[in-house]
Amino acid sequence: MNEVPDPAKLLPWAPERMGESVSRAAPARNAPGFGAATLFALRLAWRQLRSEKARLASAIAGVLFACVLVFMQLGFRNALFESATNLIGSMRGDLFLMHPMTTASFRPEPLPRVRAQQALALPEVDRAVPVYLAQATWRNPVDGTRRAIQLIGVDTAAGVLDFPGLAPLVDPLKPADTVAFDVRSRPEFGDIGRLLAERGPFEVEVGNRKVTVVGLVEIGPSFGADGNLVLSEVNFRRIATQRQPSAVDLVAIKLRPGADLVATQQRLREVLPPDVMVLTQAELNAHERGYWENATPIGFIFTFGSLMGLVVGMVIVYQILFSDVASHLKEYATLKAMGYSGFYLARVVLGAALILAIAGFLPGLALSTFLYDLVGSATFLPLRMEPALALTVFGMIFSMCAIAGLLAVRKLRDANPADMF
Amino acid sequence: MNPVELRGVGYAYGEGELRRPVLREVDLTVGAGEIVLLTGPSGSGKTTLLTLIGALRAMQEGSARVLGVELNGASERARVNLRRRIGFIFQNHNLLGFLTARQNVAMALEQDGATSEGARLARAGELLAAVGLAGHEDRLPAKLSGGQRQRVSVARALATEPGLVLADEPTAALDKVSGHEVVQLLRNLAKSRGVPILLVTHDPRILDIADRIVAMEDGRIVTADEVPG
Repeated sequence: MNEVPDPAKLLPWAPERMGESVSRAAPARNAPGFGAATLFALRLAWRQLRSEKARLASAIAGVLFACVLVFMQLGFRNALFESATNLIGSMRGDLFLMHPMTTASFRPEPLPRVRAQQALALPEVDRAVPVYLAQATWRNPVDGTRRAIQLIGVDTAAGVLDFPGLAPLVDPLKPADTVAFDVRSRPEFGDIGRLLAERGPFEVEVGNRKVTVVGLVEIGPSFGADGNLVLSEVNFRRIATQRQPSAVDLVAIKLRPGADLVATQQRLREVLPPDVMVLTQAELNAHERGYWENATPIGFIFTFGSLMGLVVGMVIVYQILFSDVASHLKEYATLKAMGYSGFYLARVVLGAALILAIAGFLPGLALSTFLYDLVGSATFLPLRMEPALALTVFGMIFSMCAIAGLLAVRKLRDANPADMF
Repeated sequence: MNPVELRGVGYAYGEGELRRPVLREVDLTVGAGEIVLLTGPSGSGKTTLLTLIGALRAMQEGSARVLGVELNGASERARVNLRRRIGFIFQNHNLLGFLTARQNVAMALEQDGATSEGARLARAGELLAAVGLAGHEDRLPAKLSGGQRQRVSVARALATEPGLVLADEPTAALDKVSGHEVVQLLRNLAKSRGVPILLVTHDPRILDIADRIVAMEDGRIVTADEVPG
């Protein structure tokens, strides 16, 4: 039926055989440029959205909901990982020795203390400070309830711990049975800060010993530990009586000024037996964080939660955009008849998606910031609204709306101007 | 050259067994400034003919030269460009409900990148005044009567100073008085600008505006009467 041969065989161009116009139709007028047309499309999208207040409100609510959900999930995730490294992140050392079987700081595998001395064999090493970690039972001095608390035993004068408030406590922590309490511990341990201010140093029960709280430091709870105590090595051994002094949990190494970090790390690995890992500060943090990310379902749960929020938001935005297109099919077909291209109309729909993304994100950001404060003060988790996080979430919300918009654009094909008559 | 020249135009819907021809060997010419009414029973193919001339549909058979552009084999882009030079008036006004009368008319002008927003709105105001809607520029279509809405779409169709106006049953949704007002308005505006109009209707009340009446039946043109006087 089709007698026109393959166009390729007709080259050069033979319009008379193809039934084409010999002189191609020149554009009738100078059409607006891409930028101007996009602005027109965006304006049309806004006018259309604005005209249906209830529909606009429900669309914005959908985006806002997705936005808050993602912010909370990612916020919890980051707070978890950050608080998990609260303790490790406050260590100040150039290199660390840790047993290779230690999975996380709250459950350490001891390594021989002699490794610290062995490390000193290298001329680059200035100090090698053993750190003891254990959990003991703390009795709340106010109501007598008991709770597990993290003990951090270290030579406080060695300068490998960087907890705010610790510096003036170096001497007060030297006498027997003295401890410094982490003021950011959960409130179930008792309002130690107030008691200390009222009474001065006072006695509490830790393990089976009476110890004196002589000061406060700031560390913060983590998922592994609700509260922390800092004390000297000797006092640590007095409480954790079952622990051998020869078995330490971590060794913090300070290098002499000018020493090459990577080369020293390599040499330590060669010198020391394989029962220790030699880690930099960043590697130690990553190791601790990696436990929570990979060895627990927590990281996955929060990622999954964020995804669910995005999917729900996308469905809502898609529904709104789709019904907007569907209920304006005639008008869109009219615009096509007037010479507007399908690409222009696609930009109208995508413009609406962009407007919804922004209109939902901004209140979502404000609400999430408020919720971060609220939830952060209730859980003592470090929930902080950071520009990088806000930008990431905006990227997600934007992609969510863009995908919903692209799906809705398919409906535009039904706007056929030939059916208008 | 005439604005519209059709030679042997044929068109069929469906494929194979279901193929149903609606236009056969249609020849039609609309001269400059001429007002042609296309009448005929429903199913006679007049609306299909209008969509072909309006470049809303791809040609199948024959030759259609509209405003100097051959439509058989024309690309989508060429057809979109041609549509910008044609004013369309539909049975239903098809105004954008969320735009005011003035904004609706200005939409037609937005395709010309050389004009400023102020100029477009001013021009839209002039056109609305020309169709007797001064004072109603900033109303939404929902706040206008049927006749007023159709007058807005007349203003919109003429806004871009088209080379051709195509109208499909523009009075179908209107009562006798306002229907007649609208087509009279259309006629006067088109005549004063020398724009040809091809108007599909089977409303006998408006036959008097035509220079020529073309009757169609079963996909063919059966008569082409010059209207006397």
